[in-house]
Amino acid sequence: MTEFLQHLLNTLVLGGTYALLGIGLTLIFGIMNVVNFTHGALYTVGAYVMYLAVTALGLGFFAALPTAILGGLLLGAILDLVLLRPLRGADMDTTMLVMIGAGIVLQSGTLWLFGGVAKSIPTPFPDAPLQLGPVSVSWLRLFVLGAALALIGLTYWLINRTRLGLAMRATFQDHDTASLMGVNVRLVYTATFAIGSSLAAAAGALLGPVYVVFPQMGGMAELKAFAIVILGGLGNITGAAIGGFILALAEELGAGYISSGYRDAMGFLIIIAVLIFKPTGLFAKAERIG
Amino acid sequence: MTRHLPALALLAALAALPFALGHNPYLLNALITTGIVTIAAMSLNLLLGFTGQLSLGHIAFFGIGAYVSALTSLGFDVELLWGLRIVHEPWPPVVGFGLAVLATAACGYLVGRLSFRVRGAYFVIVTISFAEVVRLVALNWVELTQGPLALTGIPPFSLGLPGLGSVTLRTKLQNYYLVLVVGTLCYALIARLVRSRFGRAMRGLKENESLALSVGINATRTLTLAAVISAAMAGAAGSLYAHYLRIIDPDVFLFSTTVTMVIMVVGGGKGTLLGPVVGGLIFGLLPVALRPVMVPEAQWMVFGLVLIVIQFVMPRGIVPGLTRLATRRHAPGGAPARMPVEARP
Amino acid sequence: MSEIRAPILSVDHVGVRFGGLVAIADLHFDVHPGEIVSLIGPNGAGKTTAFNVMTGFLKPSQGQVRFRGTSLQGLQPHEIVRLGLSRTFQRTSVFPDDTVFDNVMIGLHRRGRARLVDTLLGRDRTGEAALRDRARELLDWVGLSGRAQEKAGSLAYGEQRLVGVALALATEPAMLLLDEPVSGMNASETQVFVRLIRSIRERGVTILLVEHDMPMVMEVSDRIVVLNYGRLIAEGPPAAIRSDPAVIEAYLGQGSAAREAAQAARETIDA
Repeated sequence: MTEFLQHLLNTLVLGGTYALLGIGLTLIFGIMNVVNFTHGALYTVGAYVMYLAVTALGLGFFAALPTAILGGLLLGAILDLVLLRPLRGADMDTTMLVMIGAGIVLQSGTLWLFGGVAKSIPTPFPDAPLQLGPVSVSWLRLFVLGAALALIGLTYWLINRTRLGLAMRATFQDHDTASLMGVNVRLVYTATFAIGSSLAAAAGALLGPVYVVFPQMGGMAELKAFAIVILGGLGNITGAAIGGFILALAEELGAGYISSGYRDAMGFLIIIAVLIFKPTGLFAKAERIG
Repeated sequence: MTRHLPALALLAALAALPFALGHNPYLLNALITTGIVTIAAMSLNLLLGFTGQLSLGHIAFFGIGAYVSALTSLGFDVELLWGLRIVHEPWPPVVGFGLAVLATAACGYLVGRLSFRVRGAYFVIVTISFAEVVRLVALNWVELTQGPLALTGIPPFSLGLPGLGSVTLRTKLQNYYLVLVVGTLCYALIARLVRSRFGRAMRGLKENESLALSVGINATRTLTLAAVISAAMAGAAGSLYAHYLRIIDPDVFLFSTTVTMVIMVVGGGKGTLLGPVVGGLIFGLLPVALRPVMVPEAQWMVFGLVLIVIQFVMPRGIVPGLTRLATRRHAPGGAPARMPVEARP
Repeated sequence: MSEIRAPILSVDHVGVRFGGLVAIADLHFDVHPGEIVSLIGPNGAGKTTAFNVMTGFLKPSQGQVRFRGTSLQGLQPHEIVRLGLSRTFQRTSVFPDDTVFDNVMIGLHRRGRARLVDTLLGRDRTGEAALRDRARELLDWVGLSGRAQEKAGSLAYGEQRLVGVALALATEPAMLLLDEPVSGMNASETQVFVRLIRSIRERGVTILLVEHDMPMVMEVSDRIVVLNYGRLIAEGPPAAIRSDPAVIEAYLGQGSAAREAAQAARETIDA
């Protein structure tokens, strides 16, 4: 029983960052119809910016996190302006291939700059874990969960309560109509890609200190983000948030009760199961037809 | 026959190439691995180019082919659930090749049946997932695959006819010609397929799926069949790979190899017969040219940039681009042979 | 006379809803063998939706369609074609990257019988030759022989419609659904097309068409079915429809000037 409770607690911590990853990816897909193959690279970049900000710049842990998020925002905006804006209206395969190319460039560039040796990010949290009855959690992981939840909340606020969010929702519904109604669709696309990218960078910056930072860390994160997004239904933000926690739970239970080697396989098994039983995702809304 | 003239010329050039290179083992090795990946790229082109389905898990079939063939020729002894034990004595590599083709064809059927219920982004993601699951199995089922320790001592192919004795392919030159023969067979098979009724059904689905359905083309059946043939061919390439390198580890399933194949297909010209061959030779040998001047990370950056640049400047690939240049040269003055009869309304 | 024979197609109280939106409320009519019937109605009346239900591209929320006595419920589009019910499309009626000839070859899919093994061994030469002959016949029939080697996507809009008809005929249908076949054609092309429709019917193919070109509809139809807001509002021979008050109110009553303006606007968008 204690073991199970511990798994649930771990799920919560991991699920928060997974949800961030998934929301970023599903936002970009839903609004721009782009499968973002740079998502993993942005996750890596977020972790490395965090690492650099703490070690080289000496910014301090809590100032480094917003720096990493800003870095993701900036890099996302640049990627959109340079690569995606000229391809607006191109088919999905084209943007997908361009994004794969960009992902390779970013990942190999990171490897070139920093080398393949894993780095760890020093944190200001005490080493001793917090005891909660029979289960325990490190202060760092607790902070990661809190920060992830806060960022998820911020994203919801942005989408549902701001003018930009309104424009994003209108574009999501129908970009032609949104454009006719005076929404600056080009700006919405850039903002969407930048925000989605910053969420990926945030996830990397949060999980980087928990594990270690290395250039290939984004590959598996990206595949997990795909799993989360399929689980929640492509383009469904709440679905992605819930999907993040479901994937984390499946991984925790899979690693705990089956074999730790298959932890990473859980996501893919979920994808395959979802596609067999409910191809549009667990939380898909009825699509607009006509 | 004139239709196949460029391909035949290329084949003759490739057959003569080892002599032109003076049997340089380093270059010969690069050519053999390039040839093997090119066969896999040709098989990917059947899906990506001719049916328009972007499968990013193609490496799974290649890797499964490699493992099936290697395990068939090495033998294994595994215990499954409930104490069920399977002991397999080594069989000749040629049998492994056959089993690799059959096993990957079956996998292609399974993946096709499952994933062609969805299209577009879902299809792409499900194919990637399939490849990752297979890689994790290869990594974790240590009893069967040795996991990260790799399968070693895989025997080379030996070919023989009853009564004529047999020859074991130990030298690079022998393996080069084996790859060339298999590659040529695959090319001929694809060439024949795409010009047939089945090929027309694939083209119809790619160009206008609704219309294809309403002339009676069964989408699931056609696409699944394409996946089966494509997977079997990739499995054959994987088998060649295992018996040439004679060592394989779970890294044969890496996503980056799929990306290499995609670059070969898209760069060379998807949906053309020669495209993946030309793309395969260029992008397979590019690392040989880049190696003296840059580190592998930088080479990969070049690959990524090439993939991006191709989409911007030559979205249809090198072969269609060159074909267009050639036809323009044959029409003097650059004027199109026939004027369009009337403008669209 | 035709009323006594069993209908070839019956649309049996079909309704289609997308979420809260009612595309077709309750549609009920029959088409008899050998007839040329037109389905007309203002834009958004549900005509193309009805075609999509009849050909298996949409599942009706209620009711069903029967073709030659067989319910089409749950059948896939390619299965419905095999029963002898074929269609053309309003906008994308060709395989754009192939030549006109190869378009028809793709359309002859159902007629080709070559098994994959034969293909791989090169044993299907005679079958392929017969297909090519048939493709030439079909192109001759719709008057596109001169365009055979051109890319279908580069043809004029009206000619693409003809390719679409050739593709549908390639499936050897007993009944043909034509979705706005003469849009984008000028008056003389339309006249040629009317003759083509009649020649198709003379070979025993029943025809149901959706069309906005009223003079063409009045000229070619044996019977007209009028839809408005997803409901059938009138049914009968052209003369009766022309003077039907409900139809004039719903459709013709928009005034010929307004109608022409709407038509022109629509064509600009299509082009």
